Amino acid sequence: MIVAERKPLEDILKYVSGRKKVLVLGCGGCVSVCLTGGEKEAEILASELRIALGKAGHKPDISVRTVTRQCDREFNETVRREIAGADAVLTMACGAGVQLLSGMFEDAEIFPAMNTTFLGANVAPGTWEENCRGCGQCMLAETAGICPIARCSKGLINGTCGGTKDGKCEVSKDMDCAWYLIYRRLKARGRLDLLMTVRPPVNWARSSAGVKRTMTRKELA
Amino acid sequence: MSRLSESLASGKFTVTGEIGPPKGINIEPALHEAEEYLKGRVVAVNVTDIQTAVMRFGSMATCHLLLDRGIEPIFQMVCRDRNRLALQSDLLSAAGLGIENVLALTGDHILMGDHKEAKPVYDLDVIGLLQAMVKLEQGTDLGCDSKGRPNKLDGAPKFFKGCCVTPCADEVEPQIIKLEKKVAAGAQFVQTQAVYDPKAFGEFMKKVSHIKVPILVGIVVLKNAGMAKYMNANVPGVNVPKKLIDRLAAANKGEEYKVSIKIAGELIREMKGMCQGAHIMTLGWDKYVPDILAEAGL
Ligand code: SF4
Ligand code: SF4
Repeated sequence: MIVAERKPLEDILKYVSGRKKVLVLGCGGCVSVCLTGGEKEAEILASELRIALGKAGHKPDISVRTVTRQCDREFNETVRREIAGADAVLTMACGAGVQLLSGMFEDAEIFPAMNTTFLGANVAPGTWEENCRGCGQCMLAETAGICPIARCSKGLINGTCGGTKDGKCEVSKDMDCAWYLIYRRLKARGRLDLLMTVRPPVNWARSSAGVKRTMTRKELA
Repeated sequence: MSRLSESLASGKFTVTGEIGPPKGINIEPALHEAEEYLKGRVVAVNVTDIQTAVMRFGSMATCHLLLDRGIEPIFQMVCRDRNRLALQSDLLSAAGLGIENVLALTGDHILMGDHKEAKPVYDLDVIGLLQAMVKLEQGTDLGCDSKGRPNKLDGAPKFFKGCCVTPCADEVEPQIIKLEKKVAAGAQFVQTQAVYDPKAFGEFMKKVSHIKVPILVGIVVLKNAGMAKYMNANVPGVNVPKKLIDRLAAANKGEEYKVSIKIAGELIREMKGMCQGAHIMTLGWDKYVPDILAEAGL
């Protein structure tokens, strides 16, 4: 899923200062699963804003709506009226949701309430970990299901650097060395041959480092 | 032809040194050290490339200045700061300046250095960098034209290509596998991470006896017990045995350097028979290199 964190309240307050009608728009997709931008979190943000703005002597009308997924036009259509009626929309979706909304409602003032961070998984209660960088040419079949692009600090594709210590990455004692994990798993499976294969340089043109990527499926268009 | 490659090919035990460029343009002291203490004593001198991600004077320019003084350089290149265009361009430039020896390294992560907000590059990994050198030598590069045909160079360089390995890593098998890949990708010599345990190094050398490229054992001069302890705690793949730390700790104040020289010399002497050379890293103590070599019996 896409993991996003809510921006600090001070930052969000800057967006809504002086506004009279604020709509906080939660998203029922990824951000709701990672418990940062769903219905409940949207309500919490609204309360925090009411309290903070109230202290400063402002009493804007703050309402809350949550749509199923802000990265789908049809769901955003359901809040067309509320968006038109607000002079500031705080969306709690990831960057993709913010942009789809901004594109659909060009006259509305739409602000991001989130910092979108990574593509990851819920690896332990309360912990989400980055594990894919959308490189566009997945190599997990050769790396024992552990992504070296996202999980090796240097994105190395041919095995460990000299920085592994006690299985941890040189940048932090709290971070596993991806190549140590890959080595361990491949060895246990008797597949060290996969580690021995020389992999040519990555074609970054197909990754997020290249130009914007678009997927079109003609049968659905 | 590179004197380093000639020396190694002749089977002579080959010693290399190392200097680190300064943070600033005051390059003269580093050049002076190399000229005064390394020239004529070591075959070639490594120049570190933005070592530990701390921004500083460049490796290529320093290599060129060493050449001007009749000292053969080993141009260290890390993958951290340049994409494949810049790496290949710098390789051509280096060749144009007369630099032949290139040591391909991954490079410490940006978070280890003094510009933590910089964007790490690692477009190529060290294998890719070695492959790039081979391509350039063949008169082409890593790219291609619009029809997918390899680009042609107007004049191809020639390099003596090196890489590193960590012989005393706590898990040595992945290091060996990577070394095999580096050699398959074109590496012609190896300089190792610091070694303080000749027995462990001997075992490592047995495990890599199938890899037919010369290996120069890495000797980082221990300046005092504190440095040794720091390295044990913080430098991956480095294990300074307690007896060496005790010897440094027991040294009379102001005379630690004598023990440092003795230890470095002994290590080289003990490992001389196991490998093809030694790479001495003094971290600014180049003035003791003559004494270390004497102690090592070289
Ligand atoms: S290899 Fe690429 S697509 Fe696969 S998990 Fe890693 S970044 Fe994602
Ligand atoms: S220590 Fe491991 S995870 Fe960290 S950069 Fe090196 S290979 Fe990658």
